[in-house]
Amino acid sequence: MNDHQKQFETVIGLEVHVQLDTQTKIFCGCPNVFGKAPNTQTCPVCLGLPGTLPVLNQQVLLHAIKIGLALNCNINTFIKFDRKNYYYPDLPKGYQISQFDYPIAQNGHLDIPIKGEEVKRIRINRAHIEEDAGKLIHDDAGNCSLVDYNRTGTPLIEIVTEADLRSPQEAYDYLQLLKLTLKYLYVSDCDMEKGSLRCDANISIREKGETQLGTKTELKNLNSFKAVKAGLEFESERQKQVVLAGNRVIQETRLWDENKGITFAMRSKEGSHDYRYFPEPDLVPFTVEEKTIQEIKEAMPELPSEKQKRLISQYQISKYDANILIQDKDIALFFEQCAELCPHTKKICNWLNGQLLQELNTRKNTFRDIDLKPQALTDIILNTENGIISNLAAKDIFKLILDTPQSVAALIEKKGLAQVSDDAELTKLADEIIEQNTKAANEFQQGKQNALGFLIGQAMRKTQGKANPKLIGDIIKRRLIDAQ
Amino acid sequence: MKLNQRTAHELRDLIKSNETSVDKIYAAVRTQIDKSEKEVNAFVRLQEHNLQDLKPKQDLAFPIPIAIKDNICIKENETTCASKILAGFKPPYNATVIDKLLDSGAVFIGNANMDEFAFGSSTETSFFGPTKNPWDLKCVPGGSSGGSTAAVAADEAIWAIGSDPGGSIRQPASLCGVVGLKPTYGRVSRYGLIAFASSLDQIGPITKDVTDSALLLNILAGHDPKDSTSADCRSINLLNTRNQRSKRSSQNQEIPDYTQSLIEDVKGLTIGIPKEYFVEGMDPEVKDAVMASVAILKDQGACFKEISLPHTEYAVATYYIIATAEASSNLARFDGVAFGLRERPSQIRKNTLVDMYEETRDKGFGMEAKRRIMLGTYSLSSGYYDAYYLKGLKVRSLIKQDFDTAFEELDAIITPTSPTTAFKIGERANDPLSMYLSDIYTISANLSGIPAISIPCGFSKKGLPIGLQIMANAFNEEMLLRIAYSYEQATEWHKKRVNL
Repeated sequence: MNDHQKQFETVIGLEVHVQLDTQTKIFCGCPNVFGKAPNTQTCPVCLGLPGTLPVLNQQVLLHAIKIGLALNCNINTFIKFDRKNYYYPDLPKGYQISQFDYPIAQNGHLDIPIKGEEVKRIRINRAHIEEDAGKLIHDDAGNCSLVDYNRTGTPLIEIVTEADLRSPQEAYDYLQLLKLTLKYLYVSDCDMEKGSLRCDANISIREKGETQLGTKTELKNLNSFKAVKAGLEFESERQKQVVLAGNRVIQETRLWDENKGITFAMRSKEGSHDYRYFPEPDLVPFTVEEKTIQEIKEAMPELPSEKQKRLISQYQISKYDANILIQDKDIALFFEQCAELCPHTKKICNWLNGQLLQELNTRKNTFRDIDLKPQALTDIILNTENGIISNLAAKDIFKLILDTPQSVAALIEKKGLAQVSDDAELTKLADEIIEQNTKAANEFQQGKQNALGFLIGQAMRKTQGKANPKLIGDIIKRRLIDAQ
Repeated sequence: MKLNQRTAHELRDLIKSNETSVDKIYAAVRTQIDKSEKEVNAFVRLQEHNLQDLKPKQDLAFPIPIAIKDNICIKENETTCASKILAGFKPPYNATVIDKLLDSGAVFIGNANMDEFAFGSSTETSFFGPTKNPWDLKCVPGGSSGGSTAAVAADEAIWAIGSDPGGSIRQPASLCGVVGLKPTYGRVSRYGLIAFASSLDQIGPITKDVTDSALLLNILAGHDPKDSTSADCRSINLLNTRNQRSKRSSQNQEIPDYTQSLIEDVKGLTIGIPKEYFVEGMDPEVKDAVMASVAILKDQGACFKEISLPHTEYAVATYYIIATAEASSNLARFDGVAFGLRERPSQIRKNTLVDMYEETRDKGFGMEAKRRIMLGTYSLSSGYYDAYYLKGLKVRSLIKQDFDTAFEELDAIITPTSPTTAFKIGERANDPLSMYLSDIYTISANLSGIPAISIPCGFSKKGLPIGLQIMANAFNEEMLLRIAYSYEQATEWHKKRVNL
């Protein structure tokens, strides 16, 4: 077979680190907050000063169990921590407290949406609890490196997939759903820009039909969802070119350069790392009772994919609309509140997924920032449906309400936005328009349908949008046909 | 008798009856230090107190001068583990036991010398030079808490605290003729104790008699929320530890008042003598003293039986695998980055960071510390882990099982504390294996987590003290104190004082 006819398959596995949203750090009482002045959120314990000891934050464990359950994992009730030993200036103890042979969660899966109604099952190998390290800041001007220990001891969960992803797009979709799922659990804000979600990828290629895995590279420095996709696309293509050129892919760690749009090999470290894992003697292993797991299970919120399915069947909306709604748990809830008040569920979706998102975008707000009442939106929809206001007026009212919450009815009244639907009044208007636009009127009579639109437009302009466009159109048509 | 030669409980009574005062006791101790410290070298550094600071302590429970081993953190006070690598390190916090001692009125005399990071059985590996045995200045005081035991034996402190990962309280107590108690693992908080071997370390009292041992243990013992390995006897929590479930019922009480155990009564107690502890290499004088002690306790009504602790021969090997593995990881933080010594490399060999690590650790650690870091790193390395560390953990549980089985029908076990009396300075310094064997009788208690005490039980012909070790089941320090106290009532060994 000619090389150029070779069909390749990309194989990807992801390791995702998620910072957990807790009041305090994982092993000490320091606040778990982001963005403070360097080395202000520290204490002897997270600085690893001699003689200090870790004490596990119970909230971390509860969050981790929730995540494990949401990812359909088996939960290890035997809780044990291990030390991962390595030297780096951002790691003050010279070891990271992690979980080695008893990860909190194992053997789960996340079903990501693919074409049409189908989903693809991405298996989760494991998820384990560990502590974050500090941050090194390289000061080239001062020719030195500085360490900020604020992040040291931030609770993390590392979620590792099997090599089940087959394209950069799938990797992207998996990450999106993972992020959404975690946000539904209120365990992390999953903000890649702030580093609260970090992703490393293992990627290899192989010929279609091959069952053995190819040599993988590990991709790091993927600092946004877009970077994950772009980095993997580049790396997949690069590996293909390597193979097509008759060379072998080298197992190595590569960094994604966002600006240049390429990956490059990281300077190899001296020898391979031997982390010398062993049980953390400062934390006594213990067991969580099944009852506790059961309680957490029962208190689990509805997860994104479940919510999507339910919204579709309960409100007869499209999969497309439901998918947009569930991207924000608060908007999905708002949708359901509106649906209680108004039967036009499709219209509600249109408003929320169109006008609302557009407004939030221009205002740089999240749904939580604005004060929109379900009643306000459904009033707008009902008034539009009943022909009281035009679509145009409806959009104006919507904006005004986002600016200052107020009654829709009062606003229609105050601004005089109600449509003119009175037959006599509209007939009079139609005659005026025909008279003033004889050219267009003649064209319509000669069969040019477009001319009607022009005439309606003129009527709307004359009435500043208050004429009911459907009615005025009908009347103009009738008058012109009658006149023939 | 001079004030500094008295016990803490005697001094407390004298203060209460207005026969002496805190400043007089302190002055007596300082006088002794001025006289003998140059020779003994029990302290790495001394703390000065002025009388105004001492006065308010007068009304507290135990305003008694105490020596603190140099691996227990005292806030804003240099604490170095007798190592160069921690030179200048002033912890911004107190160890939990230090807070407890301050609450009781304690007057800190100084940081007691020790083997560097507690790596040793002779206090010879200290960066600050060896401590001498007050009974014979040519001999070692034992170790690693040799500074603490020598200070008490030389009357340079009324009592002291040490730490005991493998015998480091009991063996030097034995060699210095004082009482040293290693509590059950988890009985005393380790928060602020600079770790050597986290799963083995315990802080404990070093005193002139058993009564003081009980009194000091009263101050030290108790659950600490800052130490997850400290036993919480009362907690009802969502998270039940396996450990807690298997603990004996006596643990479900608060910490007992240990002075309640100071009763002269061993009638009906069954005490085991493990045959594995009386074998070749043992100094006959030590054996004779221990057997004589057994006879005294028999007279008092205790029953003795020979028992077997079959895995004893593996204890030293197991200990040195587990302890060094933990130490290699615990000492990783001494890397020159955030605290302690930092050496700048004179030339770049690998890269600035790695060179700095290597230079700092090369200059900062002594020989024995380096040896143990390498041993531990080796046994944790991939390819060796199963054969060494993992096997060590398995043998450790067998050793613990030996004791669990024994205590099903025993109240206590009696052995020598050390196979020999104090040896000459330098005698074993270049022979690590013979040094490691100094802990042959004390190590098993650490591996099993059980409490053990060493009390004076005689003197050799050369006038060197001999120690008797009593071990009891986990969280049964009361049994140790009861047997030790009964024995003490029938003997005078604890009253002998060195005159320096």
